[in-house]
Amino acid sequence: MTAGPPFGPGDADRAWERIELSRHPDRPYSLDLIGRCLDDFTELHGDRQGGDDPAIVIGLARLQARPVAVVANQKGRSLEERGRRNFGMAHPEGYRKAQRLFRLAGRLRLPVLSFIDIPGAYPGVAAEERGQAWAIAQTIEAQLTLPTPYVAVVVGEGGSGGALATLLADRVLVMEHAFLTVASPETAAAILFRDAGRKRHAAAALRLEAANLVTWGIADEVIPEPPGGAHLNWDAAARLLRPRLVHHLDELVAQGVDAARRRERYRRIDGLAAVPEGSGSGH
Amino acid sequence: MASMVSRPHPITGAAAAPRVAWICPACHAGHPITTVREHLYVCPGCDHHTRIGARERVAQLADQDSFREWDAELAGHDRLEFTDTRPYRDRLLEAQTLHQLPDALLSGAARIGGHAVGLAAFDFGFMGGSLSAAVGERLARAAERCAAAPMPFVCVTTSGGARMQEGVFSLLQMAKSVAALHTLAESHMPFISVLADPTMGGSIASFAALGDVIVAEPRATIGFTGARVIAQVTHEELPAGFQTSEFHHARGLIDMVVDRRQLRERVIGLLRVLATSPGAAGTVVSAA
Repeated sequence: MTAGPPFGPGDADRAWERIELSRHPDRPYSLDLIGRCLDDFTELHGDRQGGDDPAIVIGLARLQARPVAVVANQKGRSLEERGRRNFGMAHPEGYRKAQRLFRLAGRLRLPVLSFIDIPGAYPGVAAEERGQAWAIAQTIEAQLTLPTPYVAVVVGEGGSGGALATLLADRVLVMEHAFLTVASPETAAAILFRDAGRKRHAAAALRLEAANLVTWGIADEVIPEPPGGAHLNWDAAARLLRPRLVHHLDELVAQGVDAARRRERYRRIDGLAAVPEGSGSGH
Repeated sequence: MASMVSRPHPITGAAAAPRVAWICPACHAGHPITTVREHLYVCPGCDHHTRIGARERVAQLADQDSFREWDAELAGHDRLEFTDTRPYRDRLLEAQTLHQLPDALLSGAARIGGHAVGLAAFDFGFMGGSLSAAVGERLARAAERCAAAPMPFVCVTTSGGARMQEGVFSLLQMAKSVAALHTLAESHMPFISVLADPTMGGSIASFAALGDVIVAEPRATIGFTGARVIAQVTHEELPAGFQTSEFHHARGLIDMVVDRRQLRERVIGLLRVLATSPGAAGTVVSAA
């Protein structure tokens, strides 16, 4: 095989176009899709430990007739709302609020729907002081022990550990112009090139096309968007998403779900060269 | 040979050896390398804990000749054919050759104070101890072997977090490691998480934060986002001692801050309780 980058300058521009679509200011945010896909959405508030982070929304709703528990990253539309919701970047209280939702769903035997749209975990002093890393780790654990069916959909940005905190579902769907990444292209470029300006190159090298996630066994389905992107027609975007949510949830409910199977899914994540199992010397 | 300072040894008071072979990166005092080795690469003068490699870490913690490496063949893999300023494949090969490790984590069976344990240690020199698919797989297999044995799992982390060159595969190792730790928890075996300088990003936001007991070396840098990035993005003033072991200990996130020279004894002390806990002895009849 010949070495060298698997892309040229044109690929970098195309990769960046997709990132811009996922961040488009008119893109439907989680609550816009929740309002169009679900009925009777009732928002709940607070982590029950002293905080209520507006960057993460939790609530109860119905999908068709089925009751569901909902967790979502939420960006703000107006200047005021953007600030209040911290551009969708959660603080530790937000992750703990998500944990509360997973506990609630487990206790009431409600399936969970998650909507992911987060640029990344918040790089701030307060988030660190209040144990952001610990909160994310515990939220990962909460998802891997949730006893009920769980469907996640990446609707915009799926940035780093912040996205992982509400991603680890039995079925993972990705909207056509959404992406999931280990770090935002800007952060990746800063780390790899010590130059955030090389974000286009980083975006291409990270291979952020939604379809790759399906090829790699990380996501189950790409949800098509209306021509030109979801920002051009929210209703049409929701009409494409809603039946797929229903389909996957129906399937999961029919086949029955247990957390052990979900853990197995994430235990078996690929990324390695083929290595025979159990080839170590044991203990 | 830059410094030939001769001064009394801070512990023995004896005149320093005429040739100074080790300069502390923190206080810049010189010490004979033999003394520094006795101090487990902690500066005998200022107690600065220097970064040590995975094999050195294992040698410091495990009973002599007790370590049996697991998954030696499980090496890093360039799944994305990634190139930044250099092809990832070249970086990987260079690190493997330089550090004589298949990837940034060394794992195996060991005894510590006579107690059988699974022992894993990150190597910061190997691409910043970053979390690759191979590292995640080694970590998961180690936790699962401990669950099957059953025996406690001790992991010493020094890691910059996710490995950018493995993209989303690296991100998902956070989930993989937590899934495997759950298997360990189901066997009621303890996970002792030791945090060394630095433990950042995806590593502290997954397995490293989920120790049943979390121990940190003094003044290790621990946190999700690096201080430089926080300062650049938010222009916030960073509080004194931000993101140190002591900072997190004061906020209830770390159980104890332990000097490396007492680390083995403290781990043995924990194992005396935990390796013979009700879970280990099988005295719990049922958990509802």
